[in-house]
Amino acid sequence: MKISRRRFILSSAVVGGGLAIGYAATRPSGHRIANDTLGEGSARYLTSFLKIDPDNRVTVYVNHSEMGQGSHTALAMMAADELDAAWEQVRIEQAPATDLYAAGDMAIGFAGEFGVPSFLMPLIEASAMKIAQIGNLQTTGGSASIRFTGQLGMRVAGAAAREMLIQCAAVRWGVPADECTTALSYVHHNASGQSLSYGELADAAARLEPPEAPTLKERKQFNIMGKALSRVDIPAKVNGSAFYGLDYKTEDMLFAAIRLAPVFGTKLVSVDATEALERRGVKKVIELEDSVAVVADNYWRAKEALKEVSAEFERSDNDSVSSADIAARFDEELTRSEGSKDFEAGDAEASLTQASEIIEASYRVPYLAHAPMEPMNCTVHIQNGRADVWTSTQDPLAVRGRVASVAGLNERAVTHHPSYLGGGFGRRLPFNWNVIDHATKIAMQFSVPVKTVFSREDDMQQDYYRPAATSNFKAGLDSNGNILAWHNRYTGPIQTPGAAHIPYAVDHQSIRVVDGDTHVPIAAWRSVDHSQQTFFTESFIDELAHRAGTNPFQFRMELLNKHPRHQQVLQVAAEAAGYGRNLPEGRALGIAVQESFGSICAEIAEVSIGSDGKPVVHKVTAAIDCGWVVNPDTAKAQIESGVIFGLTAAMYGEITIKEGRVSQNNFPDYEMVRMATSPEIDVHLIESGASLGGLGEPATPPIAAAVTNAIYILTGQRIRELPLSKHSFRHNSTLAKA
Amino acid sequence: MATLKINGTEYTLDVEPEMPLLWALRDELGLTGTKFGCGVASCGACTVQVNGNPVRSCVMPVSAVQGQEITTIEGLAESTLAHYEPGDLNAVQKAWIDHQVPQCGYCQSGMIMAVSSLLTANPNPSDAEIDASINNVCRCGSYPRVRKAIRAIANA
Repeated sequence: MKISRRRFILSSAVVGGGLAIGYAATRPSGHRIANDTLGEGSARYLTSFLKIDPDNRVTVYVNHSEMGQGSHTALAMMAADELDAAWEQVRIEQAPATDLYAAGDMAIGFAGEFGVPSFLMPLIEASAMKIAQIGNLQTTGGSASIRFTGQLGMRVAGAAAREMLIQCAAVRWGVPADECTTALSYVHHNASGQSLSYGELADAAARLEPPEAPTLKERKQFNIMGKALSRVDIPAKVNGSAFYGLDYKTEDMLFAAIRLAPVFGTKLVSVDATEALERRGVKKVIELEDSVAVVADNYWRAKEALKEVSAEFERSDNDSVSSADIAARFDEELTRSEGSKDFEAGDAEASLTQASEIIEASYRVPYLAHAPMEPMNCTVHIQNGRADVWTSTQDPLAVRGRVASVAGLNERAVTHHPSYLGGGFGRRLPFNWNVIDHATKIAMQFSVPVKTVFSREDDMQQDYYRPAATSNFKAGLDSNGNILAWHNRYTGPIQTPGAAHIPYAVDHQSIRVVDGDTHVPIAAWRSVDHSQQTFFTESFIDELAHRAGTNPFQFRMELLNKHPRHQQVLQVAAEAAGYGRNLPEGRALGIAVQESFGSICAEIAEVSIGSDGKPVVHKVTAAIDCGWVVNPDTAKAQIESGVIFGLTAAMYGEITIKEGRVSQNNFPDYEMVRMATSPEIDVHLIESGASLGGLGEPATPPIAAAVTNAIYILTGQRIRELPLSKHSFRHNSTLAKA
Repeated sequence: MATLKINGTEYTLDVEPEMPLLWALRDELGLTGTKFGCGVASCGACTVQVNGNPVRSCVMPVSAVQGQEITTIEGLAESTLAHYEPGDLNAVQKAWIDHQVPQCGYCQSGMIMAVSSLLTANPNPSDAEIDASINNVCRCGSYPRVRKAIRAIANA
């Protein structure tokens, strides 16, 4: 089917006058598409809108969640720059699922008017799940907001609106459009000295047909992109007024505390709630298939009453499973199974027989919890055949669909009310539905809003975890220290294809994945598979460097001769960190690099061993090539954030399974990097001009290996199992931290 | 019944004496700027000030703070500024904007309350003093900016 481009940029007059632009975006499926703005042949769908009011205010409707990554600001910057809008007059609104699809009629109206091909119509009416699967429509994740929605959507919408406004002004003045210029939300005709504001032109512009392929700016023409503008969400975050899902409150609201089956996948057998029901404020005790909940007029009352509830859950085959059992099962699977192909090149098996030395190593990481600061929660209000939902989510549209299906409602009868997220990191993505499902089922028994809150203990024990994983390496070196073969067997599943691949020039590779399924539920966790795979591969390559007798920086540089961007980030990081300089006694620099989510990030950690035998990370130098940068300050903040998130995991992160359930309860036994343990972080942004890469995740993967590679230099101990808190190191007395 | 003086206003609440202040603030009074993070005084998201001192409200029974001066993030600027106009920010809140400290922002009410207390007691803390008194958890890792912002206030 031939698809006309113009059909995907849609405009309309809005109530009260003004222009609204709906824009099209391409399904994210790789760098090539990201480069190929509005290329032919890919499915496209409506995502969001740009609105211009008669008073010259511009509203950018952002279809991504703000969870601290700054993408509301950066996305609006991209639209506003292409529009040549005055930044001070730009407002940002979260595009709620309802405005686009239920109340929206706007979207459907556009479709009818401009003839969206029939195969796209289902996308507009279809279930949220289907849309999320097809097009990542409102999902915030994969470090994708800026590089896909921003690049393919926001910029195109801004540029299209600008051309329509110019066309209108030109007609009104009777001058050629190419004599008109734009700046700060005005169209000018310099020769005649005439000017009109966007607001004055918007109503007429909305009657024009959008341009087929609006021209995007060259980087040298940017006025807003590239500037370290302040984030729009920050003022509300310093005075307590920022609204998170957990903050929704009404007078008649009820609160639910819940106890879920401690062993994943088991069911509730019986409940004795006699005492709980007598407690003050308790309205009801609700038995669900896998859980029991107490509903009261205050969350604390519900939680206290829940302590009085005795509940019995069914026995299961998993009741005796421990982390050690899971590790043993992984080992057995890795021995028993050839697994399935991840990547193969040359003949790794044959090449190993040519090697003068074979090096083998086995690496292991535990399950990890997301632990966002805002505990998981969801308020649902069901009345008169419709539902209102307040929950901090990385996908409002999918939440809407999920609540509808659980409550047996039409999606159009469900409204999700947007909020900021108190952290996400993957926990608030679709498929991690336990909070949403339980909150909906509980609320179905009331006609007032019911807020279901997971305590921190629930959050820790009922997460969908970063998988535990084991990776067994075998490499062959020749007598000159060259890598002849790279052999890796690891436990899956693969959530992020390519994460276990190496950029290094090794002709013979065999990378295969074996089954790593257990009864523990898993999900995406900031940087997904890169979080464990980078620890594995960047540690093992470091082992090979030392065995070859070459310094780890030089070793990598030589093997990256076909990857100049990798070489550049390593070079920049090494220079900034003073790699090779004389370090203070007892300190060492460890290095690691990884490409993920379209960006390449190198990190160098300066480490010593403290008087308690634990590692101290003094400084992390990070260099990242994300193509180019929309907002340098939010970009740096994301690198700092990614480093600390990964460092917390490397130092302390461990979810242990005992008797089939999670042992950890709360922050005291799932420790975090805090002020005292947070290193200085020096960030270098490299603008290579390549396609836009992500920033939310790529700084997390390299840090663990950077730290353990430094520890090896300091102590001779090769850390092959995280977290570091399990290990003790020989203290060098000259090193104690001041 | 508990009588609480919060941000200069007295409230009489019909709550159990052992109810933690956090839940009285959030669920009874609707003062949702104070956040629930862990419930066990570990993360500091619920930090308020009682007579100017940082207190983790998730484990502080209302009976223990009756008659005391309780300040939450909503009342912080008014409690610290000599001449307060609605919308004004105190020095810490301003520095938080200048240094673009918050990311998700959820921990920042508690962080700002703790830092404001620290700087009132010790206007120029050393790094070790900052580390010892600010042990709030920020999952987004705003720590380097928290330190930078504190330094900027101390040097102002």
